[in-house]
Amino acid sequence: MTDLGPLVPRQRDMHPVPYDPDYKTSVPRSPKWPLLSMESTPSEETGPRFGHGVIGPLDNNLMLNFATDGSPAIGERILVHGQVLDEFARPVPNTLIEIWQANAGGRYRHIKDTYLAPLDPNFGGCGRTLTDDQGRYQFLTIRPGAYPWPNRGNEWRPMHIHFSVFGHSFGQRLITQMYFEGDPLIARCPIAATIKNRSQLDRLVAPLDMPMARPLDFLAYKFDIVLRGRRQTMFENRLEGL
Amino acid sequence: MPQHLSNLTETASQTGGPYVHIGCIPSFAGIEGVYPQDLGLSPIQPGALGQQITITGQVIDGTGWALRDALIESWQPDSAGRFAGQPGADPAVSGFCRFAADKDSGEFCLTTVKPGAVPARTGQMQAPHISLWIAARGINVGLHTRIYFEDEDNSADPLLARIEQRNRVSTLIARKTGEGAYRFDIRLQGEGETVFLDI
Ligand SMILES: [Fe+2]
Repeated sequence: MTDLGPLVPRQRDMHPVPYDPDYKTSVPRSPKWPLLSMESTPSEETGPRFGHGVIGPLDNNLMLNFATDGSPAIGERILVHGQVLDEFARPVPNTLIEIWQANAGGRYRHIKDTYLAPLDPNFGGCGRTLTDDQGRYQFLTIRPGAYPWPNRGNEWRPMHIHFSVFGHSFGQRLITQMYFEGDPLIARCPIAATIKNRSQLDRLVAPLDMPMARPLDFLAYKFDIVLRGRRQTMFENRLEGL
Repeated sequence: MPQHLSNLTETASQTGGPYVHIGCIPSFAGIEGVYPQDLGLSPIQPGALGQQITITGQVIDGTGWALRDALIESWQPDSAGRFAGQPGADPAVSGFCRFAADKDSGEFCLTTVKPGAVPARTGQMQAPHISLWIAARGINVGLHTRIYFEDEDNSADPLLARIEQRNRVSTLIARKTGEGAYRFDIRLQGEGETVFLDI
């Protein structure tokens, strides 16, 4: 009998460093003491599930889901698609993905964002979807603009889309960012540079995916996501004290 | 060369940034009309069994300042220790909640039912607790921690027992401030730093 076992421990060196002086806000917000490492329990192995009932038909279409007068958002029309897998390359079906992003000019619809670029009356900047039975997802949106932010003297974020993914376990919870192939600002970004492993950063850069682009309509970018896996062996049930 | 492993590596985390609310709780961020309502407004519905409780607190940085832009998610079982979807679970308990620090005071508030005890993989019982996950600008990898309760027996909890510095155990225990009311502050760094989990 094979049991669904504990979550695979996170490889912390494959993630950003919590404390990075070049990203100033991380300085007072990063724990100083080591994390307490422990095998997962049902509290981390279970997690919220969301059904199709919560997803509206336009939720994954950011071009139209805030369109106040029926016309689409301004910007370069793109499809963002990919697959959610776990560390054992198993698809993660029916899991919620939420995204948020700036508009084509690099401005967020948020009271705290006072950048000069104008708001687009037809762009809200959020979307969500559930993966299908193969873990696949799609969003239709516009390419976000780069934007300046207060950090060092002249700091600009590369074009990016924020991703929030649930998986099936609370311990799989992940927030990350997708960047765009060829953006010269990626190499200058201190937030991207909190990831010290080069190939891990490269994996956040979505390639242009021409076969999936629709002629005369939209370009396409592919962004696959890998969540923590759960070990499956015959030996997962341990007796107390062993 | 040994055989090749076909395993994948987990995608790297990145900070949720200052506008995490746009993606996770857009109505709270002032973006109305995209979704009918934000997800995870409450972990319980009317009629949920057990003791109703309210937990308030702040997320405090290393300088002592309460974050105004933190987003917190909580996950818990029902009052009998069953998670949503498990056989016999209370249908009025989804167990999942999203809440944000107030933009003026930095205070957060979670109203829920007191969770029941849940076993660990060893079969040992864990004391009642609520799991938390914290995302914010400046937090590069979301932080996991737990809320335990001052008025429960926490003496045999296997996670609390693993904390070597016993003076830090209290950072995971909500203080009772009244009937059904608790205080739980989360200190990201510095004096009284909360124990965060790699679990
Ligand atoms: Fe951003």
